[in-house]
Parts: sequence; structure tokens; C-alpha cells
Amino acid sequence: MAFEFDTALGIHPRALVLRARRNEVLAANIANADTPGYKARDIDFRAVLGQAREKLPLVTTRGDHFPGLDAPGADAGLRYRVPNQPSLDGNTVDPDLEKAAFAENALRYNASLTFLDRKFRGLITAIKGE
Amino acid sequence: MGLYNVFQIAGSAMSAQSVRLNTVSSNLANVDSVSGTPEGAYHARQPVFAAVLQATRGDQAAVGVKVEAIVEDQTEPPREYQPGNPLADADGYVYRSNVNPVQEMANMISASRSYQNSVEVLNTSRQLLLKTLTLGQR
Repeated sequence: MAFEFDTALGIHPRALVLRARRNEVLAANIANADTPGYKARDIDFRAVLGQAREKLPLVTTRGDHFPGLDAPGADAGLRYRVPNQPSLDGNTVDPDLEKAAFAENALRYNASLTFLDRKFRGLITAIKGE
Repeated sequence: MGLYNVFQIAGSAMSAQSVRLNTVSSNLANVDSVSGTPEGAYHARQPVFAAVLQATRGDQAAVGVKVEAIVEDQTEPPREYQPGNPLADADGYVYRSNVNPVQEMANMISASRSYQNSVEVLNTSRQLLLKTLTLGQR
């Protein structure tokens, strides 16, 4: 029976990469909370993870290659947030909302990490045969 | 890798906010400065923030902050009649700074809150990264 890491680890590695990416997007939002004209963004997690499951991404082998539009590494799933309340300087960041989303994302990153950790431990147990 | 970029992003935000805190402290320190001419009077300084795209990697998500410019408040400095002041002009007037201390205090609190947010982001990301590094080792 052929062994594939992809099937053994399930969706968790991809989820982890996406969580890290969302972490970055939310950090950028919080960093730009006082920048005039900055529009807050977020990742449509479900859509991007769904794509990662269904399609084969376009492979980029060099730094100057363009990723395909739907490749998980590209800006697929990046959406502008709809602001609750308009502000005079055109900034759409709501720091409280972003902080809550950031905390939630960090927690879910931890969850994915734990899942992955257990998967590895399961593999190690299987290999050792203890 | 997304988590490493966070250090750059949050770092740029922290440095921008500390520039803002610097201008606030400069403005508050000069709130009582007087001058003999309207041009020589201290004008309140404010930083202008701009988002900076990490264009080198073509990455749309990594957006840091930079201080685009520091502008001076152009409102007329208030004039005060102080003939005894050695800096007074021929008519006995001195020109005070146009700093609004209430505005500056509010600005200071806003800057320090934003700074705290960035520190928190940095700490959380650091913990996530450290935990990722020990993946499968326990």
C-alpha cells in the first residue's frame, strides 16, 4: 500500500498555511488602524480551503512567476471588509473587530497545529510499532 | 511564510506609532513656547501615515505602515499682549504655539493604544511560531 503524506495528514497542513496567511492579513489590518484611506481585508476561509481541496494549484517554480488566480498561495479569497460605520478619513478598520478575529484565528491556528501534531505522533507510533 | 511577515508589519506599525508619540511629546513640550513673529511661533506637528505594500514579493496581504510626511498645523498662532516679554515685537505682542493640548492628549492615548495592539499581535504571532517550530517533537 502506497503511503502518501497528503492523505495521512488530511486537510490540516493546508488549513495551517491558510491560518498563517489570515494571521498576516489581520495583522496588516491592525497595523493600519490609523492609516487614512486604508481598507480592511480578510480571507474568505471556506472558499479558499474549498479550492485547495478541489483543484490542483498552478505551480510556480521561480520567484517571478505569476501564481494562477485561484492558487492557494495567491491573493485568492482576499476580500474587503464591509465597514460597520464610515469614518471621515476613509479607513475601514474596526480595531475591536480585528482584534477579536485575530484572537480567534490564533486559536484556530493552535487547533490545526495540535491536530497535525497528533497526526505525526500517530504516525510515529505506527512506525515504531510500540 | 505568513507568520514571519507579521514581524515586519507589526514592527512598522510600532515604529510609526512611536513617531506619532514623538510628535505628540514635542507638541506638548512646546505648548507654552512664544515667539516674536507669527512665522517663528511653534506650529503643531502631525505625522501622515500611509500603507506600504511589500511589493518585492508581489504579496497583496503584507501591508505595513510608514510615516509619509510630518506636516505642520497651519492655523494662525494666537497673539498675546505681553509688553514685558523680552521676545515681544514692537507693538508688545508675542505669538504662542498653536498646539491644542486636549487634542494632543487624545492623540497620545490613541497612539499608545495602537502601539499596544501591535505588541499584542507580535506576541501572539511569536507564540504561534514557536509552537510551530516544535511540531512533532514532543
